[in-house]
Amino acid sequence: MTTQLPGDALVSLNAVNKHYGQLHVLKDINLQVRKGEVVVVIGPSGSGKSTLCRAINRLETIDDGDIAIDGKQLPEEGKELARLRADVGMVFQSFNLFAHKTILENVTLGPIKVKGVSKAEADKEAMALLERVGVGHQAPKLPAQLSGGQQQRVAIARALAMKPKVMLFDEPTSALDPEMINEVLDVMIQLAKEGMTMIVVTHEMGFARKAADRVVFMADGQIVEDATPEEFFTNPQSSRAKDFLSKLLTH
Amino acid sequence: MDVIIESLPQYWDGFLRTLFLAAVSGIIALVAGTLLAAARVSPVAALRGFSMAYVEVVRNTPLTIAFFFAAVVLPRLGVTFQQFEIAAIIALSAYTSAFIAEAVRSGVNSVPVGQAEAARSIGMKFGQVLSLIILPQALRTVIPPMINILIALVKNSSVAGAFYVLELFGYGKQLANDHGDAVMWVLVGVAFFYLLITVPLGYLAHQVERKVAIAR
Repeated sequence: MTTQLPGDALVSLNAVNKHYGQLHVLKDINLQVRKGEVVVVIGPSGSGKSTLCRAINRLETIDDGDIAIDGKQLPEEGKELARLRADVGMVFQSFNLFAHKTILENVTLGPIKVKGVSKAEADKEAMALLERVGVGHQAPKLPAQLSGGQQQRVAIARALAMKPKVMLFDEPTSALDPEMINEVLDVMIQLAKEGMTMIVVTHEMGFARKAADRVVFMADGQIVEDATPEEFFTNPQSSRAKDFLSKLLTH
Repeated sequence: MDVIIESLPQYWDGFLRTLFLAAVSGIIALVAGTLLAAARVSPVAALRGFSMAYVEVVRNTPLTIAFFFAAVVLPRLGVTFQQFEIAAIIALSAYTSAFIAEAVRSGVNSVPVGQAEAARSIGMKFGQVLSLIILPQALRTVIPPMINILIALVKNSSVAGAFYVLELFGYGKQLANDHGDAVMWVLVGVAFFYLLITVPLGYLAHQVERKVAIAR
Protein backbone atom coordinates (compact mmCIF):
# COMPACT_ATOMS: atom_id res chain seq x y z
CA MET A 1 0.00 0.00 0.00
CA THR A 2 1.16 3.50 -0.71
CA THR A 3 1.08 6.16 1.92
CA GLN A 4 -0.18 8.78 -0.53
CA LEU A 5 -3.85 9.48 -0.92
CA PRO A 6 -5.06 8.49 -4.40
CA GLY A 7 -6.14 12.05 -5.10
CA ASP A 8 -2.61 13.20 -4.50
CA ALA A 9 -1.19 11.55 -7.57
CA LEU A 10 -1.52 12.92 -11.10
CA VAL A 11 -0.56 9.56 -12.54
CA SER A 12 -1.29 6.48 -10.52
CA LEU A 13 -0.65 2.84 -11.38
CA ASN A 14 -1.91 0.18 -9.01
CA ALA A 15 -1.05 -3.52 -9.26
CA VAL A 16 -0.64 -3.35 -13.03
CA ASN A 17 0.16 -6.58 -14.84
CA LYS A 18 0.71 -7.31 -18.49
CA HIS A 19 1.73 -10.40 -20.45
CA TYR A 20 2.91 -10.84 -24.01
CA GLY A 21 1.93 -14.47 -24.39
CA GLN A 22 4.13 -16.33 -21.92
CA LEU A 23 6.26 -13.28 -21.16
CA HIS A 24 5.24 -11.37 -18.04
CA VAL A 25 6.36 -7.86 -19.07
CA LEU A 26 4.83 -5.83 -16.26
CA LYS A 27 4.75 -7.45 -12.83
CA ASP A 28 2.53 -5.88 -10.21
CA ILE A 29 3.58 -2.31 -10.96
CA ASN A 30 2.72 0.38 -8.40
CA LEU A 31 3.76 3.90 -9.24
CA GLN A 32 2.44 7.29 -8.16
CA VAL A 33 3.59 10.49 -9.83
CA ARG A 34 2.64 13.81 -8.25
CA LYS A 35 1.97 17.02 -10.11
CA GLY A 36 5.18 18.74 -11.14
CA GLU A 37 7.30 15.68 -10.49
CA VAL A 38 9.90 14.46 -13.00
CA VAL A 39 10.27 10.69 -12.84
CA VAL A 40 12.98 9.01 -14.88
CA VAL A 41 12.52 5.32 -15.62
CA ILE A 42 15.72 3.45 -16.35
CA GLY A 43 16.68 -0.18 -16.68
CA PRO A 44 18.17 -2.71 -19.05
CA SER A 45 16.43 -3.29 -22.38
CA GLY A 46 13.55 -5.70 -22.13
CA SER A 47 12.84 -4.61 -18.57
CA GLY A 48 9.37 -3.33 -19.50
CA LYS A 49 10.04 0.38 -19.11
CA SER A 50 8.74 1.35 -22.58
CA THR A 51 5.69 -0.85 -22.11
CA LEU A 52 5.04 0.89 -18.80
CA CYS A 53 5.28 4.30 -20.47
CA ARG A 54 2.97 3.29 -23.32
CA ALA A 55 0.45 1.71 -20.95
CA ILE A 56 -0.10 5.08 -19.27
CA ASN A 57 -1.97 6.45 -22.32
CA ARG A 58 -3.24 3.00 -23.27
CA LEU A 59 -1.17 2.53 -26.40
CA GLU A 60 -0.60 -0.80 -24.66
CA THR A 61 -3.50 -2.45 -22.90
CA ILE A 62 -2.97 -4.04 -19.51
CA ASP A 63 -4.25 -7.38 -18.23
CA ASP A 64 -5.19 -6.27 -14.73
CA GLY A 65 -4.66 -3.55 -12.18
CA ASP A 66 -5.66 0.04 -12.80
CA ILE A 67 -4.20 3.23 -14.14
CA ALA A 68 -5.63 6.64 -13.29
CA ILE A 69 -4.73 10.07 -14.58
CA ASP A 70 -5.69 13.05 -12.44
CA GLY A 71 -8.01 10.80 -10.47
CA LYS A 72 -9.79 9.43 -13.53
CA GLN A 73 -9.51 5.77 -14.50
CA LEU A 74 -8.22 5.15 -18.02
CA PRO A 75 -11.38 4.41 -20.02
CA GLU A 76 -11.81 1.64 -22.57
CA GLU A 77 -11.28 2.44 -26.24
CA GLY A 78 -13.53 5.24 -27.54
CA LYS A 79 -14.36 8.93 -27.14
CA GLU A 80 -13.56 9.05 -23.43
CA LEU A 81 -10.13 7.60 -24.02
CA ALA A 82 -9.44 10.09 -26.82
CA ARG A 83 -10.37 12.95 -24.47
CA LEU A 84 -8.06 11.65 -21.77
CA ARG A 85 -5.20 11.13 -24.21
CA ALA A 86 -5.44 14.79 -25.21
CA ASP A 87 -4.29 15.57 -21.66
CA VAL A 88 -1.30 13.25 -21.85
CA GLY A 89 1.55 14.34 -24.11
CA MET A 90 3.58 11.58 -25.69
CA VAL A 91 7.02 11.77 -27.29
CA PHE A 92 8.23 8.69 -29.16
CA GLN A 93 11.64 7.27 -29.84
CA SER A 94 11.03 7.50 -33.60
CA PHE A 95 9.46 11.02 -33.45
CA ASN A 96 6.41 9.95 -35.49
CA LEU A 97 5.79 13.36 -36.99
CA PHE A 98 2.96 13.24 -39.54
CA ALA A 99 4.97 12.71 -42.72
CA HIS A 100 2.52 14.43 -45.09
CA LYS A 101 2.04 17.57 -42.98
CA THR A 102 4.31 20.57 -42.57
CA ILE A 103 6.06 21.22 -39.27
CA LEU A 104 3.51 23.92 -38.45
CA GLU A 105 0.57 21.66 -39.34
CA ASN A 106 2.02 18.89 -37.20
CA VAL A 107 1.74 21.19 -34.20
CA THR A 108 -1.62 22.82 -35.04
CA LEU A 109 -3.53 19.68 -36.08
CA GLY A 110 -4.32 18.55 -32.53
CA PRO A 111 -5.51 21.94 -31.23
CA ILE A 112 -7.62 22.54 -34.34
CA LYS A 113 -9.15 19.08 -34.82
CA VAL A 114 -9.32 17.83 -31.25
CA LYS A 115 -9.82 20.99 -29.22
CA GLY A 116 -11.61 23.10 -31.81
CA VAL A 117 -9.18 26.02 -31.54
CA SER A 118 -9.38 28.48 -34.46
CA LYS A 119 -6.66 28.16 -37.09
CA ALA A 120 -5.33 31.68 -36.48
CA GLU A 121 -4.96 31.08 -32.77
CA ALA A 122 -3.50 27.59 -33.25
CA ASP A 123 -0.95 28.97 -35.73
CA LYS A 124 0.07 31.69 -33.30
CA GLU A 125 0.51 29.31 -30.38
CA ALA A 126 2.29 26.74 -32.55
CA MET A 127 4.79 29.33 -33.79
CA ALA A 128 5.50 30.38 -30.20
CA LEU A 129 6.09 26.73 -29.25
CA LEU A 130 8.29 26.11 -32.27
CA GLU A 131 10.34 29.20 -31.39
CA ARG A 132 10.62 27.96 -27.84
CA VAL A 133 12.12 24.63 -28.97
CA GLY A 134 14.31 26.46 -31.49
CA VAL A 135 12.81 25.37 -34.82
CA GLY A 136 10.56 28.31 -35.64
CA HIS A 137 12.22 28.96 -38.99
CA GLN A 138 11.48 25.36 -40.09
CA ALA A 139 7.69 25.82 -39.86
CA PRO A 140 6.86 25.49 -43.58
CA LYS A 141 9.05 22.42 -44.17
CA LEU A 142 8.10 18.75 -44.17
CA PRO A 143 9.38 16.49 -41.38
CA ALA A 144 11.77 14.55 -43.65
CA GLN A 145 13.66 17.78 -44.37
CA LEU A 146 14.64 18.17 -40.71
CA SER A 147 17.37 16.46 -38.72
CA GLY A 148 16.42 13.92 -36.09
CA GLY A 149 17.07 16.33 -33.25
CA GLN A 150 14.92 18.99 -34.88
CA GLN A 151 12.14 16.48 -35.56
CA GLN A 152 12.13 15.38 -31.94
CA ARG A 153 11.90 18.98 -30.75
CA VAL A 154 8.93 19.48 -33.09
CA ALA A 155 7.39 16.32 -31.60
CA ILE A 156 7.75 17.87 -28.14
CA ALA A 157 6.13 21.08 -29.40
CA ARG A 158 3.29 19.03 -30.92
CA ALA A 159 2.63 17.37 -27.58
CA LEU A 160 2.86 20.68 -25.68
CA ALA A 161 0.37 22.31 -28.05
CA MET A 162 -2.36 20.20 -26.42
CA LYS A 163 -1.47 21.76 -23.04
CA PRO A 164 -1.09 18.33 -21.44
CA LYS A 165 -1.19 17.66 -17.71
CA VAL A 166 1.64 15.20 -17.99
CA MET A 167 4.26 14.41 -20.63
CA LEU A 168 5.47 10.90 -21.38
CA PHE A 169 8.83 10.44 -23.09
CA ASP A 170 9.58 6.97 -24.49
CA GLU A 171 13.34 6.90 -25.07
CA PRO A 172 13.27 10.31 -26.77
CA THR A 173 16.98 10.40 -27.60
CA SER A 174 17.65 6.75 -28.44
CA ALA A 175 17.23 7.19 -32.19
CA LEU A 176 19.38 10.33 -32.38
CA ASP A 177 22.94 10.86 -33.47
CA PRO A 178 25.10 11.73 -30.44
CA GLU A 179 25.57 15.37 -31.41
CA MET A 180 21.80 15.89 -31.46
CA ILE A 181 21.01 14.40 -28.09
CA ASN A 182 21.79 17.52 -26.10
CA GLU A 183 19.56 19.83 -28.08
CA VAL A 184 16.60 17.58 -27.19
CA LEU A 185 17.66 17.10 -23.57
CA ASP A 186 18.04 20.87 -23.14
CA VAL A 187 14.42 21.34 -24.17
CA MET A 188 13.36 18.63 -21.72
CA ILE A 189 15.40 20.10 -18.87
CA GLN A 190 13.83 23.49 -19.52
CA LEU A 191 10.40 21.88 -19.46
CA ALA A 192 11.19 20.17 -16.15
CA LYS A 193 12.29 23.49 -14.67
CA GLU A 194 9.01 25.07 -15.70
CA GLY A 195 7.18 22.53 -13.57
CA MET A 196 5.84 20.10 -16.16
CA THR A 197 4.98 16.67 -14.80
CA MET A 198 7.15 14.24 -16.75
CA ILE A 199 7.70 10.52 -16.96
CA VAL A 200 10.84 9.87 -18.97
CA VAL A 201 12.11 6.49 -20.12
CA THR A 202 15.73 7.05 -21.04
CA HIS A 203 19.28 5.80 -21.02
CA GLU A 204 20.61 9.32 -20.45
CA MET A 205 21.96 9.20 -16.92
CA GLY A 206 23.08 12.81 -17.18
CA PHE A 207 19.47 13.87 -17.66
CA ALA A 208 18.38 11.73 -14.73
CA ARG A 209 20.94 13.38 -12.45
CA LYS A 210 20.18 16.88 -13.65
CA ALA A 211 16.43 16.97 -13.96
CA ALA A 212 14.84 14.01 -12.18
CA ASP A 213 13.08 14.20 -8.84
CA ARG A 214 12.94 10.41 -8.70
CA VAL A 215 14.63 7.58 -10.50
CA VAL A 216 12.64 4.39 -10.99
CA PHE A 217 14.80 1.40 -11.83
CA MET A 218 13.09 -1.50 -13.63
CA ALA A 219 14.34 -4.99 -14.32
CA ASP A 220 12.43 -8.01 -15.61
CA GLY A 221 9.11 -6.23 -15.54
CA GLN A 222 9.38 -5.10 -11.92
CA ILE A 223 10.14 -1.83 -10.25
CA VAL A 224 13.27 -2.73 -8.32
CA GLU A 225 14.20 0.67 -6.93
CA ASP A 226 12.43 4.00 -6.56
CA ALA A 227 14.73 6.67 -5.14
CA THR A 228 16.09 10.17 -5.58
CA PRO A 229 18.84 10.39 -8.25
CA GLU A 230 21.38 11.14 -5.56
CA GLU A 231 20.49 8.00 -3.58
CA PHE A 232 20.17 5.82 -6.63
CA PHE A 233 23.44 6.71 -8.30
CA THR A 234 25.60 6.85 -5.19
CA ASN A 235 24.05 4.09 -3.12
CA PRO A 236 21.93 1.63 -5.10
CA GLN A 237 20.29 -0.98 -2.88
CA SER A 238 19.68 -3.93 -5.18
CA SER A 239 22.27 -6.10 -6.86
CA ARG A 240 20.44 -5.63 -10.20
CA ALA A 241 20.86 -1.87 -9.99
CA LYS A 242 24.49 -2.15 -8.88
CA ASP A 243 25.17 -4.45 -11.79
CA PHE A 244 23.39 -2.14 -14.25
CA LEU A 245 25.22 0.96 -13.02
CA SER A 246 28.62 -0.70 -13.00
CA LYS A 247 28.17 -1.63 -16.66
CA LEU A 248 27.24 1.93 -17.53
CA LEU A 249 29.88 3.71 -15.58
CA THR A 250 32.87 1.66 -16.67
CA HIS A 251 32.48 2.94 -20.24
CA MET B 1 -8.87 1.05 -93.16
CA ASP B 2 -11.67 3.01 -94.81
CA VAL B 3 -14.10 1.38 -92.44
CA ILE B 4 -12.59 3.25 -89.51
CA ILE B 5 -12.90 6.62 -91.25
CA GLU B 6 -16.42 5.81 -92.42
CA SER B 7 -17.55 4.72 -88.98
CA LEU B 8 -15.96 7.53 -87.00
CA PRO B 9 -19.35 8.77 -85.69
CA GLN B 10 -20.09 5.32 -84.23
CA TYR B 11 -16.62 5.00 -82.81
CA TRP B 12 -16.88 8.42 -81.26
CA ASP B 13 -20.27 7.66 -79.73
CA GLY B 14 -18.94 4.37 -78.38
CA PHE B 15 -15.81 6.06 -77.09
CA LEU B 16 -17.83 8.62 -75.15
CA ARG B 17 -20.08 5.94 -73.67
CA THR B 18 -17.10 3.83 -72.62
CA LEU B 19 -15.51 6.91 -71.08
CA PHE B 20 -18.76 7.69 -69.27
CA LEU B 21 -19.18 4.12 -67.94
CA ALA B 22 -15.57 3.98 -66.77
CA ALA B 23 -15.55 7.46 -65.22
CA VAL B 24 -18.79 7.08 -63.29
CA SER B 25 -18.03 3.51 -62.18
CA GLY B 26 -14.47 4.53 -61.32
CA ILE B 27 -15.55 7.37 -59.06
CA ILE B 28 -18.16 5.22 -57.31
CA ALA B 29 -15.64 2.39 -56.93
CA LEU B 30 -12.97 4.70 -55.49
CA VAL B 31 -15.36 6.01 -52.85
CA ALA B 32 -16.92 2.62 -52.06
CA GLY B 33 -13.55 0.87 -52.08
CA THR B 34 -12.05 3.39 -49.66
CA LEU B 35 -15.06 2.99 -47.36
CA LEU B 36 -14.70 -0.80 -47.55
CA ALA B 37 -11.02 -0.50 -46.66
CA ALA B 38 -11.88 1.80 -43.74
CA ALA B 39 -14.44 -0.77 -42.56
CA ARG B 40 -11.80 -3.47 -42.84
CA VAL B 41 -9.48 -1.72 -40.35
CA SER B 42 -12.23 -0.36 -38.07
CA PRO B 43 -12.54 -1.44 -34.44
CA VAL B 44 -16.10 -2.70 -35.11
CA ALA B 45 -15.96 -6.45 -35.74
CA ALA B 46 -19.19 -6.53 -37.77
CA LEU B 47 -17.84 -3.93 -40.22
CA ARG B 48 -14.57 -5.81 -40.58
CA GLY B 49 -16.45 -9.03 -41.25
CA PHE B 50 -18.77 -7.46 -43.82
CA SER B 51 -15.91 -5.80 -45.67
CA MET B 52 -13.84 -8.96 -45.76
CA ALA B 53 -16.76 -11.12 -46.95
CA TYR B 54 -17.70 -8.61 -49.66
CA VAL B 55 -14.16 -8.29 -50.97
CA GLU B 56 -13.53 -12.03 -50.96
CA VAL B 57 -16.77 -12.90 -52.74
CA VAL B 58 -16.69 -10.15 -55.35
CA ARG B 59 -12.98 -10.26 -56.07
CA ASN B 60 -13.05 -14.01 -56.62
CA THR B 61 -16.03 -14.26 -58.98
CA PRO B 62 -16.05 -13.34 -62.68
CA LEU B 63 -17.21 -9.90 -63.74
CA THR B 64 -19.84 -11.52 -65.96
CA ILE B 65 -21.54 -12.86 -62.84
CA ALA B 66 -21.76 -9.32 -61.49
CA PHE B 67 -23.31 -8.22 -64.79
CA PHE B 68 -25.84 -11.08 -64.79
CA PHE B 69 -26.66 -10.24 -61.21
CA ALA B 70 -27.28 -6.57 -62.05
CA ALA B 71 -29.14 -7.39 -65.28
CA VAL B 72 -31.20 -10.40 -64.22
CA VAL B 73 -31.37 -10.78 -60.46
CA LEU B 74 -31.84 -7.13 -59.44
CA PRO B 75 -34.91 -6.64 -61.71
CA ARG B 76 -36.50 -9.77 -60.18
CA LEU B 77 -36.01 -8.18 -56.78
CA GLY B 78 -37.95 -5.19 -58.00
CA VAL B 79 -34.99 -2.98 -59.01
CA THR B 80 -35.62 -2.12 -62.65
CA PHE B 81 -33.66 0.15 -64.93
CA GLN B 82 -34.79 2.44 -67.72
CA GLN B 83 -31.43 2.01 -69.37
CA PHE B 84 -29.12 -0.90 -69.05
CA GLU B 85 -26.22 1.53 -68.53
CA ILE B 86 -27.29 1.89 -64.92
CA ALA B 87 -27.05 -1.86 -64.38
CA ALA B 88 -23.64 -1.82 -66.08
CA ILE B 89 -22.46 0.95 -63.76
CA ILE B 90 -23.70 -0.97 -60.71
CA ALA B 91 -21.93 -4.15 -61.84
CA LEU B 92 -18.68 -2.40 -62.75
CA SER B 93 -18.46 -0.30 -59.60
CA ALA B 94 -19.44 -3.18 -57.31
CA TYR B 95 -16.79 -5.35 -58.92
CA THR B 96 -14.03 -2.72 -59.06
CA SER B 97 -14.61 -1.48 -55.50
CA ALA B 98 -13.44 -4.85 -54.14
CA PHE B 99 -10.08 -4.41 -55.86
CA ILE B 100 -9.80 -0.78 -54.79
CA ALA B 101 -10.53 -1.85 -51.19
CA GLU B 102 -7.64 -4.30 -51.27
CA ALA B 103 -5.28 -1.71 -52.76
CA VAL B 104 -6.23 0.89 -50.15
CA ARG B 105 -5.88 -1.68 -47.38
CA SER B 106 -2.35 -2.50 -48.51
CA GLY B 107 -1.64 1.24 -48.50
CA VAL B 108 -3.00 1.55 -44.96
CA ASN B 109 -0.72 -1.29 -43.89
CA SER B 110 2.26 0.50 -45.43
CA VAL B 111 1.82 3.56 -43.19
CA PRO B 112 4.08 3.10 -40.15
CA VAL B 113 2.10 2.23 -37.03
CA GLY B 114 3.78 5.14 -35.20
CA GLN B 115 1.76 7.58 -37.31
CA ALA B 116 -1.50 6.23 -35.89
CA GLU B 117 -0.04 6.06 -32.37
CA ALA B 118 1.04 9.70 -32.55
CA ALA B 119 -2.39 10.72 -33.81
CA ARG B 120 -4.16 8.79 -31.06
CA SER B 121 -1.79 10.30 -28.51
CA ILE B 122 -2.94 13.83 -29.28
CA GLY B 123 -6.52 12.74 -28.67
CA MET B 124 -7.80 12.01 -32.17
CA LYS B 125 -10.73 9.62 -32.51
CA PHE B 126 -10.61 6.64 -34.86
CA GLY B 127 -12.33 8.46 -37.72
CA GLN B 128 -9.93 11.40 -37.47
CA VAL B 129 -6.86 9.19 -37.28
CA LEU B 130 -8.01 7.43 -40.43
CA SER B 131 -9.17 10.41 -42.47
CA LEU B 132 -6.52 12.96 -41.45
CA ILE B 133 -3.41 10.85 -40.97
CA ILE B 134 -3.63 7.31 -42.36
CA LEU B 135 -5.66 7.57 -45.57
CA PRO B 136 -3.90 10.66 -46.99
CA GLN B 137 -0.59 8.82 -46.69
CA ALA B 138 -1.98 5.44 -47.73
CA LEU B 139 -3.64 6.75 -50.89
CA ARG B 140 -0.40 8.31 -52.10
CA THR B 141 1.43 5.02 -51.91
CA VAL B 142 -1.24 3.09 -53.79
CA ILE B 143 -1.57 5.31 -56.84
CA PRO B 144 0.25 2.85 -59.16
CA PRO B 145 -1.88 -0.21 -58.26
CA MET B 146 -4.96 2.00 -58.22
CA ILE B 147 -4.31 3.12 -61.80
CA ASN B 148 -3.87 -0.51 -62.83
CA ILE B 149 -7.28 -1.23 -61.40
CA LEU B 150 -8.80 1.74 -63.25
CA ILE B 151 -7.18 0.66 -66.51
CA ALA B 152 -8.68 -2.80 -65.96
CA LEU B 153 -12.02 -1.10 -65.33
CA VAL B 154 -11.88 0.71 -68.68
CA LYS B 155 -11.30 -2.61 -70.42
CA ASN B 156 -13.82 -4.46 -68.26
CA SER B 157 -16.48 -1.99 -69.33
CA SER B 158 -16.47 -3.84 -72.66
CA VAL B 159 -18.50 -6.58 -70.98
CA ALA B 160 -21.38 -4.10 -71.07
CA GLY B 161 -21.20 -4.38 -74.86
CA ALA B 162 -22.27 -7.98 -74.51
CA PHE B 163 -25.30 -6.76 -72.57
CA TYR B 164 -26.54 -4.49 -75.37
CA VAL B 165 -24.94 -1.28 -74.16
CA LEU B 166 -23.59 0.51 -77.21
CA GLU B 167 -20.17 1.40 -75.91
CA LEU B 168 -16.94 0.90 -77.87
CA PHE B 169 -17.08 -2.89 -77.84
CA GLY B 170 -20.83 -2.91 -78.53
CA TYR B 171 -20.31 -0.76 -81.62
CA GLY B 172 -17.35 -2.93 -82.54
CA LYS B 173 -19.60 -5.99 -82.65
CA GLN B 174 -22.16 -4.11 -84.72
CA LEU B 175 -19.56 -2.76 -87.17
CA ALA B 176 -17.97 -6.17 -87.52
CA ASN B 177 -21.35 -7.58 -88.51
CA ASP B 178 -21.90 -4.80 -91.04
CA HIS B 179 -18.41 -4.99 -92.53
CA GLY B 180 -17.68 -8.70 -92.64
CA ASP B 181 -14.82 -8.10 -95.06
CA ALA B 182 -12.98 -5.67 -92.76
CA VAL B 183 -13.32 -7.20 -89.31
CA MET B 184 -9.63 -6.78 -88.61
CA TRP B 185 -9.73 -3.03 -89.24
CA VAL B 186 -12.89 -2.66 -87.21
CA LEU B 187 -11.12 -4.24 -84.24
CA VAL B 188 -7.98 -2.14 -84.77
CA GLY B 189 -10.23 0.90 -84.53
CA VAL B 190 -11.82 -0.38 -81.32
CA ALA B 191 -8.39 -1.08 -79.83
CA PHE B 192 -7.19 2.39 -80.82
CA PHE B 193 -10.01 4.09 -78.98
CA TYR B 194 -9.43 1.99 -75.86
CA LEU B 195 -5.76 2.98 -75.98
CA LEU B 196 -6.86 6.59 -76.23
CA ILE B 197 -8.24 6.24 -72.70
CA THR B 198 -5.84 3.81 -71.06
CA VAL B 199 -2.47 5.16 -72.22
CA PRO B 200 -3.06 8.72 -70.96
CA LEU B 201 -4.37 7.18 -67.71
CA GLY B 202 -1.03 5.45 -67.19
CA TYR B 203 0.82 8.66 -68.02
CA LEU B 204 -1.36 10.62 -65.61
CA ALA B 205 -0.61 8.09 -62.88
CA HIS B 206 3.10 8.60 -63.37
CA GLN B 207 2.75 12.38 -63.08
CA VAL B 208 0.51 12.25 -60.02
CA GLU B 209 2.77 9.74 -58.34
CA ARG B 210 5.78 11.99 -58.75
CA LYS B 211 3.90 14.98 -57.47
CA VAL B 212 2.44 13.55 -54.28
CA ALA B 213 5.27 11.26 -53.18
CA ILE B 214 6.17 11.87 -49.56
CA ALA B 215 9.63 11.50 -48.17
CA ARG B 216 10.17 9.71 -44.88
